[in-house]
Amino acid sequence: MTRPGPGVADRGPNILLGASRRRLVAESIGISLSAGAFGLVYGLACRGAGFSLIEALAMSVFVLAGSSQFAAVGLVMQGVAWPAIVLLTALLNARHVLYSASLAPWLVKRPWIERAAMAHTLTDETFALSSAHFIRIGRADVPGYWIASAFVVLPWISMTVVGLIGGQAIPDPTTFGLDIVFPAAMAGLAVALVHGRRELVAAIVGAAVAVSIGLATSPSVGIVVGGLLGPLAGMAIGPGPAEAGQDGAADERPNLPPRSDPAIGTTP
Amino acid sequence: MSLNLVVLALLMAAVTYPSRALPMLVPGIERLPARASEYLRLVGPSVLGALAAVNVMIVVDAAGRPNFHVGIEWPAVLLCVAIVVWRGILLGGLVAAVVLVAVARATGLA
Repeated sequence: MTRPGPGVADRGPNILLGASRRRLVAESIGISLSAGAFGLVYGLACRGAGFSLIEALAMSVFVLAGSSQFAAVGLVMQGVAWPAIVLLTALLNARHVLYSASLAPWLVKRPWIERAAMAHTLTDETFALSSAHFIRIGRADVPGYWIASAFVVLPWISMTVVGLIGGQAIPDPTTFGLDIVFPAAMAGLAVALVHGRRELVAAIVGAAVAVSIGLATSPSVGIVVGGLLGPLAGMAIGPGPAEAGQDGAADERPNLPPRSDPAIGTTP
Repeated sequence: MSLNLVVLALLMAAVTYPSRALPMLVPGIERLPARASEYLRLVGPSVLGALAAVNVMIVVDAAGRPNFHVGIEWPAVLLCVAIVVWRGILLGGLVAAVVLVAVARATGLA
């Protein structure tokens, strides 16, 4: 990766801005389809959990982080206390620190208020699309960043509404098997997050602890304890052969973006 | 129309926004310690695995007691997982899972 920073435009690839923006749009279209589909599923999940339209929209507009929104739906359904939901949200979304840190050198000369606004729409997809675009043109392109954001955020929010309102025409979601959407989506997202044995161990231990503790106490307690202990189990084992060369690399090489997170990246 | 969860959304946003904004706005904190970064990276699969397992394997009875549950939901989730592993298409996996559960319930198998 070209290290961003002052003067990088002079030595970076000299690709025309227009051509790079057209490529950005083409890449964004596919991601927007995915974001819209998951927004629809999220809207359905919200309907199943009894969220009102305003509540579902508030999550999509203010939080704008698909995995934690899906998690919140499940946690609310399980009656988990709000502080625990907020704590898990903070942990789930803390990965954005890495994205923000990676983009920061490109944007250091932009006005503070502009960077503050851009930060709100910094999702996995926005990061992936905009950083690739910045590297292609060798400098930051704020309109390009907003193009990427729009292709992710607008489908997510609009399809949230469609899923929630459209779902109201369905008399009983369990009749049509829609109650399986949430656990299946969680499992699918978890599987897609596994790139090595550390993630695999974290997912398995998190699930096992959650069920064990959930049966002994309550499902909500199980989810919280499993979610917090799983990563410790993952860290307790050594990295697999494929991971060994990457372990901790993102922290040792300044401005190198973190490994992408394709599963969480399927939603804002 | 209920608005209770709007407050929860704002609280969730309040803990999400700093992680998105701080490195962009405050110089010098672009990098996390390796152990903290690794822990946070593993939170995703752990929490999602926990959510999936609890939602499939535990049902709460009328008295509020959690019970171990075995049902059509297990193969449905496994089918979804298999499709994600095979084709990388979560939406396809979800559709297949929904169809399996719906058919099983409609035919009295579940």
